[in-house]
Amino acid sequence: MITAAVTERENYLNVSHGLKSWLLTKDHKRIGLLYLFTITLFFFLGGAFATLIRIELLTPQGGLVSSETYNKLFTMHGVAMIFFFLIPSIPATLGNFFLPMMIGARDLAFPRINLLSWYLLVIGGLFGLFAMLAGGVDTGWTFYTPYSTTYSNSWVIATALGIFVAGFSSILTGLNFIVTVHRMRAPGMTWFRLPLFVWANYATSLIQVLGTPVLAVTIVLLFSERVFHIGIFDPALGGDPVLFQHLFWFYSHPAVYIMVLPAMGVLSELVSTFSRKPIFGYKLVAFSSVAIAVLGFLVWGHHLFVSTQSVYAGMVFSFLSYFVAIPSAIKVFNWTATLYKGSISYATPMLYAFGFIGLFTIGGLTGLFVASLGIDVHVTDTYFVVAHFHYIMVGGTIMAYLGGLHYWWPKITGRMYPELWARLSAMVIFLGFNFTFFPQFILGYLGMPRRYHVYPPEFQVLHVMSTLGASVLAVGYAIPMVYFVWSLRYGKLAPDNPWGATGLEWKTPSPPPPHNFDRIPIVEHEAYDYSTVVGEVMEVG
Amino acid sequence: MGRLPLFPEQASTFAPDVDHLLFFLLAVAVFFTLVIFGAIFYFAIRYRRRSDGELPKVQHGGMALEILWTVIPFGLSMVMFAWGADIFFRESRPPDNALQINVVAKQWMWKLQHMEGKREINELHIPLGRAVKLTMTSEDVIHSFFVPAFRTKQDVVPGKYSTTWFKPTKAGKYHLFCAEYCGTRHSGMTGWIYVMEPRDYANWLRGGESTGSLADDGAKLFKDLACANCHKADNSGRCPSLVGVYGSTVKLTTGATVKADEGYIRESILQPNAKIVAGYAPVMPTFQGLVTEEGVLQLVEYIKSLGGKPAAAAEGAH
Amino acid sequence: MASQIHAETLALREQFNTEAQQKDAATLGMWIFLITEIMFFGGLFLAYTVYRRWYADAFAVASSSLNVYIGAANTVVLLSSSLTMVLAVRAAQLGKRKAIVWFLVLTLLLGGVFLGVKAYEWNQKFVEHHIPGPAFHFEGVAQQGPAQLFFSLYFAMTGLHALHMVIGVGLLTLLIVQAAKGRFSASYMTPVDVVGLYWHFVDIIWIFLFPLLYLIDRHLGK
Repeated sequence: MITAAVTERENYLNVSHGLKSWLLTKDHKRIGLLYLFTITLFFFLGGAFATLIRIELLTPQGGLVSSETYNKLFTMHGVAMIFFFLIPSIPATLGNFFLPMMIGARDLAFPRINLLSWYLLVIGGLFGLFAMLAGGVDTGWTFYTPYSTTYSNSWVIATALGIFVAGFSSILTGLNFIVTVHRMRAPGMTWFRLPLFVWANYATSLIQVLGTPVLAVTIVLLFSERVFHIGIFDPALGGDPVLFQHLFWFYSHPAVYIMVLPAMGVLSELVSTFSRKPIFGYKLVAFSSVAIAVLGFLVWGHHLFVSTQSVYAGMVFSFLSYFVAIPSAIKVFNWTATLYKGSISYATPMLYAFGFIGLFTIGGLTGLFVASLGIDVHVTDTYFVVAHFHYIMVGGTIMAYLGGLHYWWPKITGRMYPELWARLSAMVIFLGFNFTFFPQFILGYLGMPRRYHVYPPEFQVLHVMSTLGASVLAVGYAIPMVYFVWSLRYGKLAPDNPWGATGLEWKTPSPPPPHNFDRIPIVEHEAYDYSTVVGEVMEVG
Repeated sequence: MGRLPLFPEQASTFAPDVDHLLFFLLAVAVFFTLVIFGAIFYFAIRYRRRSDGELPKVQHGGMALEILWTVIPFGLSMVMFAWGADIFFRESRPPDNALQINVVAKQWMWKLQHMEGKREINELHIPLGRAVKLTMTSEDVIHSFFVPAFRTKQDVVPGKYSTTWFKPTKAGKYHLFCAEYCGTRHSGMTGWIYVMEPRDYANWLRGGESTGSLADDGAKLFKDLACANCHKADNSGRCPSLVGVYGSTVKLTTGATVKADEGYIRESILQPNAKIVAGYAPVMPTFQGLVTEEGVLQLVEYIKSLGGKPAAAAEGAH
Repeated sequence: MASQIHAETLALREQFNTEAQQKDAATLGMWIFLITEIMFFGGLFLAYTVYRRWYADAFAVASSSLNVYIGAANTVVLLSSSLTMVLAVRAAQLGKRKAIVWFLVLTLLLGGVFLGVKAYEWNQKFVEHHIPGPAFHFEGVAQQGPAQLFFSLYFAMTGLHALHMVIGVGLLTLLIVQAAKGRFSASYMTPVDVVGLYWHFVDIIWIFLFPLLYLIDRHLGK
C-alpha cells in the first residue's frame, strides 16, 4: 500500500548516509548496488570496444586503427564483457539483492565476505583497466599459448592478474550463496518451495566454486611461463601448447553456464509472474539447472575439435555436448507451456522474457550445429561461432538481465520506470540485436574467420548490415540508462507488489528495510501460488 | 558494395557432405524456431490479460509432455552427432594414395612444399580429382589451415605434426585463411588454393627452376648432419638402421611399442631420448636448433624413401 | 518489532537466528572452500600426470635427485602438526584455555619447521642449478627440457603448498592471540574448528605431493 509516509519510512537506502556507509556496508542489498554500478561501467567499456570494432569492420581494409590496435580491441572487448560484466552480472546484482529475501533471510551467510567479493572484482577490474589504458592486451580473451606466453608484446600479465583476482570474487560469491541456501532458509521454505531463481543461482554457484579455481591455476601457470620462462606450455622444452587449451576450457566452458543459468532463473520468475501461473514442470526446471551445471563440466573438449585433440576424444565430447542441450530445451518448452491458458501481461519485463526465449532458442539451436563434428570443423573460429555465443550472451543473458532489472526496479528503488519508453527500448534492442548478429551466421558459414582486422571484399555487405544493427542496438541500450536515472527522482512511487507477484521479496516495502523482514516469515505455501496475492496487481502503463 | 555471396562454393568431396548435414540441422532449427515463436505469439495473444483479477487455473506439469519433448530432441541430437562424427572420422583418415604436401606455418605466412621439391609461399597448386594430404607444423605459434570451399580446417601447432586431407572436385581458385589468431598480421596470413586440371598441374610442376625432390634434400641433410655415421644401412652402427623403419612398429626399451610415423621420426630427431629403441643406448644427440622444421620434413621424406609402408609419398601427379 | 531483530552479540552475527546455525554455516563454508582448493591444486596435478606419462624416464631421474629422507622427515613433521591441531580442537571442546594455546603454538612451530626445511631444500635446488630458467642445468639427462618440466611443476606445486602453509601459519597466529584471551570455549570454538579443517587439508595435499614428487620409480634405484 502506498502511504504518504513512505518516503520517511526507514529503508536500506536512507538508513545511513555517506560514502563510508556504502564502502563498508555489510548489507547485501547495498552490495548488490555497488556491483550494479561497477558492472555497468564495464558494460559500457566493453561496448565502446565493440563499437570501434564494428566501425572498423565497415570496410574490408579497415583504416580507423592499426592491426595491432584492432587485435587489442577484440581482446579487451572479450575480457571486459566476460570477466568484468557477464560473470558477475545477474548473481552479484540481482542475486545478491534478492536471494536472501527470497528465502526469508536477513542477509547472506557471510556478509563481510560478500563485501570482500565486491572489492576483489573492483581490484581485478582495476588491473584490467590499467592494462587497457597502458597499451592494451592482444592475445584474444582465450590467451592461447605460446602466443600469450612467448610472442605477445602486450600487457598479458596485468590482464591475467586482473582476471585471477576477479575469479576469487566469483568463487566467494558462489560459496556464500551455497551456504546461504543450505543453512538460512526460513521455516517452511523447503527446497521445492524455493523460487526457481534461487535454484538457478544455486546451480551457478556450484559451477563458480568448482570451475573457477582451475582457471586460477591455469593463470598461475601462464604467469609463471611468461615471467620465469619455465616451459610448461613451450614445445621447445617438451611442453604442450594444447594442454593450456584443455586447462583453459575446463573452466571457460562451464563459465558460459555461469553466464546463462542465472538468466534462466530470471526468466522463470518473469514468465510465472506475467502469466500469473506457476512454471509448468517446476521440479524439472529446478533439476535442469543442476543438470546443466553438472553436464557443463563434461564437454570442454568441444572447443578443441580441430586442435590436434584425438579423434576419439572429439567424438566423446561431441556426444556429451548434445546431452547438455537437452535440459536447456526442457526449460524453453516449460516456459512456453506456462503461457498456455495463463493471464499474459505485456509489461516490459515480459517483453524481455519473450525476447529471451526467442533469441536463446535460436542461439541454443545453433549450438547443435557447432556440437556436430562435421559442421564444427568448417565453422569453428569463424563468425558462425561469434554469432552463436552472442545470441546466447546478448540475446539471452543481457535481455534477461534487463528484464530482471525492470522487474525488480520498483523493489530496489521504490520507483517505477516509465513503461512506454521501456517497452520501446526493449523492441529497439530486439531489432538491433538481430540485425547485428544474424548476418554473422551467414558470414561464418561463408568462411569469414574470427579476429580478422581486414577481410576479402565479398564479405563487406554483410559486415555493413551487422554494423548498422549494432548502431541501433547501442541506442537501445542507451535509453534505459537515461530513464532509470530519471526514475530515481521522477518515477512514480512504487507499491510493495506492483506486479502481483508471489515470492517473499514482494512482501516487504519498496524499498525494503535494512534487515529485510521485521519478523522472519514462516512459509506455508508452494512457490508461485497466486491465490495468495489476488488483488495486489497495480495497473501498469 | 559488390557481390553478396550467401553460401560458399563446394569444391571438395567433403563439401556436399557437410552441406547436407547443415541442411538437416537448418531444417530442425527452423522447425523448432517456428514452433516456439508461433506458440509464444499465439499464447500471448489468445491468453492476454483481460482483467486484473484474473487467476488462471493451475497446471503444475505433465509427465507425458515432458517425456515427449525430451525424447524427441534427444533422438534428433543423436542423429546430428552420428552424422557429424561420421564425416569427422572420414576427415581423419586420408587415403593411402593421397598426394603429400608439407606445410610449415610461421608468423605470418604459409610455406608449402611439394614432394618433387617445388616450394610455394601462400599458394598451393593441386590437381583436380586427387586426394591431397597435408602434413603441417608451425615454427612459432598456433595457426590453422582453413579452406572454406573444401569445408576443412586443422590447427597447425608448434612442436608436433598435424594432418588434414581433401579431394578437390572443382577447378578454380579458393581462399586459404589462417583460422587461429596468431598475432598482428593474423588477418593477413591468407592465400589461395589453385585446383588445376591434371594436365595443367603436370605442366606447372615441371615449370620453373628444377630443384631436387624433398627426399633428395633430405638425403643431403642426412649426410651433412652426419646421421649416416651411426645409422648405417647394414645395422653395423651404434644406432638402428633406418631402412624400412617408416610405418613399422618399433619396440622400445620400456617394453612399449610405437608406430614409426612422421611424428615419431620428428621426435626422434628433435628429442631422441623420449623413446629409445629396445637394445640400444641413449647416445643420440638432439638436433633441435641445428635443423629447421622444413629440414625435419625433408629428412622425414628421405627416411620414408628408404622403404617401409607401401604407397608412401607418391612422386609426380601422373 | 525491534525486539525480534537480534542485536550483534559477541558471538552471534545478526544474519543468523541461532549459534548452531552460525556454526553450521561456518563449517559448511570452510568445506566448500576446501573443495575449491582441491580444484585449484587439481590443475597442477593434471599437468604433472600428463607430463609424467610422456617423459617417464626424465621424471624418474629428476625425482631421484630430490632428497627422499628430508621429504619423509618433513612429512612426519606435518602429520605431527595435524595431530597437535586436532588436540587443540579437543582442548577447545573441553574449554581448556592453556591447552588450546599450547597445542596451537606447537602446531605453529611444527609448521614453521616444515617451512624451514622446505627453504633449505629449495636452496639446495638453487645451488645445484635445478631452478627452471636460464641457469637451469641438470646432469644425467641429454635433454634438459623434460627435466626442467619436472622441476617447473615441482616448484609450482610445492610453492603453492608452501604459500598455503604460510597463510595457515598466519591464521594460527590469529587463533593463538584469541585463544590466549580466553575467547574459545565449548560453546564457541568455531574458528578453531574451521582453521583445523584448513590445516588438515594443507596436510593432505602434502601427503599426495610427497609420493608423486619424491617417490617415483625409486625401486628402480637410479
